This record gives sequence, structure tokens and C-alpha cells, in this order.
Amino acid sequence: MEAATQPMSTGGRPQLGRSPASRLPDQILRLGLTAIAVAVLALLAYFFVKLAIESRLVFEEEGILGFVFANNWNVAASIYGALPLVVGTLITSALALLFGVPVAVAVAVFLTELCPKRVRGSLTIVVDLLAAVPSVVYGLWAFYFLIPKLKPVEQWFADTFHFLPFVAIDSVPGPNYFIAGLVLAIMLLPIVCAISREVLATVPADLKEASLGLGLTRWEMIRTSMLPYARRGIVGASMLGLGRAIGETIAVTIVIGDSPILGHSIFGQGYTLAAVIANEFNEAAANPLHKSALIAAGLVLFVLTLLVNSIARLAVMRSERQSGRPISAGGGV
Amino acid sequence: MNPRPTDATERPVQKAASGGPPPLLPLPTSASTSTSAPRESAGRTRQVELRDLNAFYGSHHAVKDVNLSFAPRDVTAIIGPSGCGKSTMVRCINRMHEEIDGARAEGQVLVDGTDLYGAGVDVVAVRRAVGMVFQKPNPFPTMSIRDNVAAGLRFTGAPRGEIDERVIGALKGASLWDEVKDRLDQPGAGLSGGQQQRLCIARALAVEPEVLLMDEPCSALDPVATLKIEELIGELKERVTIVIVTHNMQQAARVADTTVFMLGGELVEVGATHKLFTTPEDERTEQYVTGKFG
Amino acid sequence: MESGSLSADLLRPPSPRRRRTDKAMRALMWTATGIALVPLVLVLYYTLQKGIGALDAEFFTTDPTGNFLGAQGGVKSAILGTIEIVGFAAVVAVPLGIGVALYLTEYGGKGRLAQAVRFFVDVMTGVPSIVFGLFIYLVLVLAGTGGSTFAGWKGSAALALLMLPIVTRSSEVALQLVPNSLREAALALGAPRWKVVVRVVLPSAASGIVTGALLAVARAAGETAPLLFTATIVKATTFNLNQPMNSLPAQIFQDLKQPNDELVERAWGAAITLIAMILLLTLIAKVIQRRSRAKGAT
Repeated sequence: MEAATQPMSTGGRPQLGRSPASRLPDQILRLGLTAIAVAVLALLAYFFVKLAIESRLVFEEEGILGFVFANNWNVAASIYGALPLVVGTLITSALALLFGVPVAVAVAVFLTELCPKRVRGSLTIVVDLLAAVPSVVYGLWAFYFLIPKLKPVEQWFADTFHFLPFVAIDSVPGPNYFIAGLVLAIMLLPIVCAISREVLATVPADLKEASLGLGLTRWEMIRTSMLPYARRGIVGASMLGLGRAIGETIAVTIVIGDSPILGHSIFGQGYTLAAVIANEFNEAAANPLHKSALIAAGLVLFVLTLLVNSIARLAVMRSERQSGRPISAGGGV
Repeated sequence: MNPRPTDATERPVQKAASGGPPPLLPLPTSASTSTSAPRESAGRTRQVELRDLNAFYGSHHAVKDVNLSFAPRDVTAIIGPSGCGKSTMVRCINRMHEEIDGARAEGQVLVDGTDLYGAGVDVVAVRRAVGMVFQKPNPFPTMSIRDNVAAGLRFTGAPRGEIDERVIGALKGASLWDEVKDRLDQPGAGLSGGQQQRLCIARALAVEPEVLLMDEPCSALDPVATLKIEELIGELKERVTIVIVTHNMQQAARVADTTVFMLGGELVEVGATHKLFTTPEDERTEQYVTGKFG
Repeated sequence: MESGSLSADLLRPPSPRRRRTDKAMRALMWTATGIALVPLVLVLYYTLQKGIGALDAEFFTTDPTGNFLGAQGGVKSAILGTIEIVGFAAVVAVPLGIGVALYLTEYGGKGRLAQAVRFFVDVMTGVPSIVFGLFIYLVLVLAGTGGSTFAGWKGSAALALLMLPIVTRSSEVALQLVPNSLREAALALGAPRWKVVVRVVLPSAASGIVTGALLAVARAAGETAPLLFTATIVKATTFNLNQPMNSLPAQIFQDLKQPNDELVERAWGAAITLIAMILLLTLIAKVIQRRSRAKGAT
């Protein structure tokens, strides 16, 4: 059109066409942001490829299955079978879920439904503050305080219920799977609680009122209306917490005993993938196979968290679709 | 000069487009500095013409082959049941339609002969020429009343010295000045719903558009606020061509010179408001205006 | 929901059994909340009790001496190191994260690239911090990038990787909460897209973005594992990011393992310091969040 080719009008009003110069900022912003997004993708690709390449040595030596499933981690003999580490990671994380999630969900329900309005705000902040304590402090505290205090209880439990599988142990060591699981439970509590609270807050008021209007007690309303509605979101939250537990390093290193031999009781000492990396990377720098084994441990850890997180994302996404509201899963606290 | 469905063979605008400088722009702007109100040069209102306009959301065909023209200094109301495509059609006039994912439009929108969908036409410039007021008042929450009105001017790079004057002019033009002149620096979100909507109208007026589109501007307001806006529309039509979408037939009857009835994405009938509501030609129009459906 | 059978006895009060269940479950949830608070109280109490003695002027103003006997010094280098490392990480990660979030909400839409970015940012959220530390150790420390092996900026790089997905994700949520009507209003005024983004969208989402960024910084400040591989543990204070740098979590981790009561006390003192720093960040974030919610802006 002719209008497009006219020069700028004298009155200072723009034409229907714009000069290329005035489009430039738009293009710069669009291209710049796209470039950043692509760069992040490239970085992640590099991250994955780098880990894969660097861990190839141990996979060639032990085989992928051999590395993951052989029950023998012996640095002195240059044998790297990571099963004790994988199992340690899984046991401690599972214990953390078992102890942490029910409490976290109960707290979330309490804060959204039962808590008196006056204290709700401050109580919410206090629970969030659990997340502000750095993991190394939890580790320290558990080591100096929790372990000595709980040891007699653990011993009593192990003796009394020795007939149960994975419980019996002659003498309960201070650091063990159970303690590590407990510490992890405390650490994942604020995460799971925060997201569960957000999900529970999306339960429509009319749904709740409909239940109460039918003459249900408050607990019956929670059980029949709120929890089913928020179920998927809570599952997602738990999975995110699980992901955090799987990758937690320092606190676990301090309280699990760092023993690469598979314990036979939940009160036995053990090791996790993350802990082994933190403890052995220094000595491994000069030993290519050892180094490669630690990187492979990191890779296995990555794959584990990837699996858990994918399940979590799926669950949260479904619950978002259900409630039609974004939930800031995975955000800071 | 009532708008009516036009067919592509008879239109007076054609010669304007072919000969001489394009009539839409550049614009005469001489009078602007002397008056504080938005320029009142009557010649600024524009003839808007839709030709074979089609609009889609993905595969959904929302507006079908609409041919229509809006006369200068006229208020045209678009009525029709929900989902008839009236909002979509209006959003095509300032090319807001294409902001929605998967939405596109075909055909021509001519403003005094210049096709807004033509090659080389910049969508940003289109929206400076064709302003819009939305269904729900949407003042910028982070800005003061003053900054809200000035926003469009700042976005489009108006000279700093002019801004204050034009803000005042626009607020007066939107009949809001007396209510807010003492609190221009307070947040725009603190106003009542009706005031917010007039603030949005002031914001749109400040950039001095040639055409003002109003997409159900009163649907979120109470009757008193609605009345104020309707009065305002009557004043504004001397300055801008106004197209108003409404689901309220009484409102159309009150404010519009011309009324357009749409159904299922198609244009059913166009006529002088009085005639369309009393002696409609089309049976469907009659059924709708007498409340038989919709 | 519940069946219609209830309608018959609407006017009767709930049966004793139902009321008992209700009471019991409420009590259970009260208890659970109490249980959840126990560790927090215990951790804070224990830390204060053990470490408060270490906090004196010297603690904040001297570096660790490393002597086998005698005065062990304070944690000045660790405090400054943490601020430097985390600060630099934030300078890198926060703008990048906001940039990615802007791309996702304002430009990417539902396109394939945006979907891929969204997915992988989510994946990144789940990567354990130690794996990021390992990665940086491999590509920056072992390779001696920048003429150094361990260095503060490499610690920052590891923490930035950790923060990036958190910032992106929380910024994206904040940006999504900006009503579309505001974007439309600005576009309809003839604003070019970049001005819509810079002048309308970003200010409207600012408090949400700042909250997310602060929480990410708080999370990174407490991380130990990635720093052990990247910035390592030294005694002296340095302002050169290309040198090994001390940090509070790393110092705590190291002191704790020493058979020296003074060092263990110093670890607790350092823990108090670190908790206080993180608490401060978290509280600021919460206050901003609360304010903006009260205002109803975002």
C-alpha cells in the first residue's frame, strides 16, 4: 500500500508502516530471549553428553547392568558395583516419604481447613522456615543430637520386633538408614507441605460447602471432597519431595555411616549415590576408573531423579488441568 | 450515510486510495497544540469499511464474509447472541484478533481506503489509529491515574512536553477530570468500576485514535456508571468513529445511530437503529429484537 | 460426592461414631502439625545452645587460622565467600531465568521450542545439586578454565545451574498471573511488544519474580555439596572470584569433622550465621509476597 512507503508525517504521527529502525528493539528482544532459551537447552544437552562420555570408562569395564546391579563397591580392588549405593538411596528416600508425607499432608490440611485464622499466617511461615535451615545444619544436628537420643529406642525396637524382616540387628550403630530417612523426612516436609497447601487451596469453596451442607462433619468433608480433589497434586508434591530426598548429599553423608556394604537391616549402616560422590571425588581425581565410576553414580542419580520427577510433573499437570490453575510446583519453598 | 453491506464493486473510497496521497495518514495536526481537549477537528473521524472479512480460531470459522461500512461521526452498535462473532469482528478492526494463539483473519479492513491488512502496514501503527476499550476495565495496576492515561503516549513516544496537557485533555474528554483531578498520582486500580472504565476510555483517547472500538464496555458496570458511559459515547462521536459491541439491546437503541445484527458469524441485517428495532427486514432480526431467542 | 441416603437424617446430629471420628482426625492433624514443628524448634534450640558461645566480634572479623593449637580464628572468609559466590551466581542466574520465563510466556507460546524448554527446565529442577557440582568440576575445575582449578566463580556456576530452573519456574508462574487483558490494553494503545513486556508485564509481575529469585538465592546459599567440588575450602578471605574461596556451608562441613571442641563450636556458630542469613532472605521474600497479595496486584 502506498501508506507504507510514505515518509514520516510532519505532524510527528507515525504511519501505518514503521521504519525498520523502530522494529529493531522488538526483534532484538525476541531474538535475545529465544537465544537464551536455546542456550539453556544447549547447556543441558552438553551437561548430559559430558556426563555420559566421562562415565563411559566404568560402563565399559563393568557393563551398564553390572555397574548398577552388582553388589560390590570396592575402590581398593577397583571393582565398582553400585547396588549398595542405589539401594541405600532408595531405602532412605522411601523411609523419608513414609515418615514425611503423611505429616506434611496433615499439616497442609490443618493449615488450610482447621487452623484458627489468627495463627494461620505465622504458623505457615514457621513451617516454611523448616526449608530455610541448610542441609548441613540438619546433618550436624542429627549427628550430635538425634543419633544419641534415638539409639536406645532403635535398639529396643530392633530387639522387640526382631522377627520382622529387615529389622533385626545385634547392635544398632549410630548412623544408619533409619536416621538418614528421618532427617530426609524432616527436610522434605516443608516442600511437600507448601505444594499440598497450594493444591488444597484450589479446592472450590462450593464443593466444600456442598459437603458441609449435606450434613457431613468437617473431617468427612475433608476426606470426601478435599483429599480426592487434591489427590493428584499431593502425589506430585510427594514426588518432588522424593526427588529432593534422592539427591540430598551432605546431611545424608553425615548420618548414614558411609559404608559401601549393603546393610541387612534398616538400622544398618549404608551409603547413597550422592554421599559416595561427595566423599570420594577427591581421591578419585587421580584414578580415571574411580572418577568415571563416581560420574556414573551421578548419572544414575540423575536418571533416578528424572524418573521420579517425570512422574511428579505428570501428576501435577493432570491436577492443574483438573483445577485449571497453575501450581508453582518446584518453586523455591 | 448509513452503513450497509457493501459489495466490492461500488465504493467511493476506491478513488481516494488510487489517487493522491493516502487519505488516512499523514494527518493534519495543526490544531493540537492550542486546545487542551483532544483535537476536535471534525475531519478526523474516518470511514471504516470491512470487505469480505473472515476470521478463524484454528479451524473454527467465527466471522463469515462480512461486508460492512461504518460512517464517520456515527455510533454503530453490533448486537447478536453470545458467540455470534461480534467481538471477534470488532477485534479484527484493530488487529487484536491475531494476538490470540491460532487466530487469523482474511479479507480487508479499509480505513479511508487504506487496508489495515495490507503489505507493509505495521500492526502497532494500526492500533494507534484504531483504539479499543475492553469488556472489563483494565487499568494498569502498577501505574497511577496520570500514568495510566499517559501510558499510550509514552509507549508511542510522544514528546514529553505534550504529555501532561494531553492527559488532562483526555481525562476531560472522558468526563473523568472533575472526579480525579485531585488524586492523579493515586493508583488507577483504586477507582470504582465505572471510573476505571472511563479511565480506560481516557487512556484510549489520549493517543487520539481515529476510530474507537468498544467491546461491551458496560457489561461489568452498574446502571449509573453505564449511563455515564453512554452519555460519554454521545459526546465522543463528534470526534471519533465509534463501534460498540453490546449484548444489551436497550443500550444499542440508546446510543447507536446504526445497528448491526449478527448471527452465527454472519451479518444478518444493518440499518438505522430505530428501523432495525421497529421494522426489521429479516425474520431472524425480528425474533431476536423481540426476545424470542438469544 | 456423598450419596443421597444422607438426606433422610439431615436434621439429626451426626452419630456419636461420626463425631468421634471427626474429633479424632482433627486431633490427629493438630498433633501432626505439632510433630512437624518439633524438629524446627529442636534444631534451632540446639544450634543456638551450641554455637552462641562462638559468636563474638572476633568470630566475624578474623579468618580461620588453621593452627593445631591455640586460637582457631573466626569465619570472616566464609561469610564473605558465601556472599560473593551466591551473589555472583544470582547475578548470572536471575536475569537468565527471567529471560527464559519471558520467552516462555511472551514469545514461545505453545510452540515446539517452548515446550522443549519447559520440559527440560523441569528436568533441571530435579537434578541433584551434587550432580551440578560434579559437572562443573569436570568441565571447569579439571580443565583448569580461566587459569585456576578451584575458584569462587566455578562455585557460582554450579549454584547458578541450581538456581536457574527455580527462578525460571517461579518467574513463569508470576508472569502467567499477569492478566492477559493488560497485555491487550497495552497492545491496543499501539505499544510495540517489547514495550508491553518491559513497561506493563514485568512491573506487574515484579513482586512474584523477586520473591522467586530470593527463594532461589536462599536455597543456593545453604548448598554445601557443589561447593566442595568447585570453590573448595580455604582459610583466607579473597575478593578474587578466580581463586579458591571459602563458604559457610563448606566451613561448617569441615569444622564438624575435627576433633577439636573449639572448631566444633565454630561450626555451630557458623550454622547460626548461615541460618540467620537464609532466614532473612526468606522473610523478605515472604513479606513481598504477602504485600502483593494484599494489594491484589499480581
